[in-house]
Amino acid sequence: MLRLPRFDYLEPKSLKQALKMREASGDNAMYVAGGTDLYPNMKRRHQDPTTVISLANIRALTGVRNRDGHTCIGANTTLTQVAKHRRIKRHYPAIATAAGSISTPLLRNMGTLGGNLCLDTRCNYYNQTLEWRKSIDYCMKKDGAICWVAPSSPRCWAVNSSDLAPVTVAIGAEMALVSADGERVVPAGKFYNDDGIEYLTKRPDEILTELRLPQPNGWDATYLKLARRGSFDFPVLGVAAWIRWDGDTVADARIVLGAVASYPMPVPEAGAAIIGTSLGDDAIETAATAAFKPSKPMDNTDHGLSWRKQMTRVYVARALKELRANNKLI
Amino acid sequence: MPKFTLNGEAREVNVPGANPLLWVLRESLGLTGTKFGCGIGQCGACTVLVDGDPVLSCLVLGRACAGKRVDTIEGMADGNGLHPLQQAFADLSAAQCGYCTPAFLLTAVVLLKENDRPSRPEIVAALSGVLCRCTGYLKIYEAVERAAAVMRGEKVTPLEEILDGI
Repeated sequence: MLRLPRFDYLEPKSLKQALKMREASGDNAMYVAGGTDLYPNMKRRHQDPTTVISLANIRALTGVRNRDGHTCIGANTTLTQVAKHRRIKRHYPAIATAAGSISTPLLRNMGTLGGNLCLDTRCNYYNQTLEWRKSIDYCMKKDGAICWVAPSSPRCWAVNSSDLAPVTVAIGAEMALVSADGERVVPAGKFYNDDGIEYLTKRPDEILTELRLPQPNGWDATYLKLARRGSFDFPVLGVAAWIRWDGDTVADARIVLGAVASYPMPVPEAGAAIIGTSLGDDAIETAATAAFKPSKPMDNTDHGLSWRKQMTRVYVARALKELRANNKLI
Repeated sequence: MPKFTLNGEAREVNVPGANPLLWVLRESLGLTGTKFGCGIGQCGACTVLVDGDPVLSCLVLGRACAGKRVDTIEGMADGNGLHPLQQAFADLSAAQCGYCTPAFLLTAVVLLKENDRPSRPEIVAALSGVLCRCTGYLKIYEAVERAAAVMRGEKVTPLEEILDGI
């Protein structure tokens, strides 16, 4: 039976207090929001903080706000709240869809926006109990030196399995980070790193406070998720597609793949393939092929990797056809 | 130590360390209706209601529930009178081994509170966070529909007729 290890549990009421507690506890401390990622990981001894600082009671981190025409979602807003929020559903359906596709209704009642954006990278050789990992020798992501997916690899190939991450990169959202040094704002594309271990550019002492969404004018986006079951499962492929329309012509486009790499992977070639077109079937096929080529899932999640790679072509085409159909409706 | 309202009663529990709510309920309070399944959010068996929302008690710390309202399966029946959902689950044999049943019942209570006439897809979606390895879910969905009808004051097929058909 998996039990939580012992740790000190702190409940600050403000950001300032939380940062102070982090400073006092140093690198043995971690922040927790919903706990749906950290606690299972702690039970499997992936993370072993001796102090856990809960962000749950910091009011400023919860809710959806409007600031200078930008919609800002507090990092502690639950995924249920994000998926059901009227303004988000209306103006940012890709965000609402991605949030509503995460795990189960119960976990969405607990899990937060910030938690999903900071989701620990995942791997079949990592998301196992301590005994399991010990029996084959620990991997480099925790306690070991080898990558069991690619034993000659100098790097960790754990997968970024966040449903929201590819959408934030595709639509050009920004993350606000707060530390004792003050606040900095990072574009979503720069928030993630192509590395299974150092998968965020956020420093461990920084708190992700909110997600800032671009003004919802003149563009459309969608998110499609491939997973074994309609509930519970992490994506084995996520496709986020964003298009800025100029009438019937694609003025700009971004396609970002989730769950096929250690970061939400932009495929600029796929976007470039449809810019200037009216998104006919030929252009969509060219973009789907362009996304298929660099999609290199590793054999460390559910489903066969060659099928997952092939599905990249299918899902990118589906996503673009959906956006084309949306544009015809307007 | 945290005080919370448990099934409508104010309780104060001495929670050792950072114990999940599941173990506070089962071990400190002796309420074993809430089940341990996987401990890592992959089954839903430990579902309880915190401030009215269904959540997984294996991933909520007992201490984090201070000042909140916690409802477990033990609080569902009114004395000896079963809740219509419990009655419908019993009538239709929606529980086989019964391990997941408390979680399904609590999740269904919240669904019917928000929507007194849920469609089958709405029921499937609302209950999709709890796994059942016995029933194949159909009996569970039918029981929720039956309970919803009872709660709306509608007539349902009498139990005798259902049993005759078996």
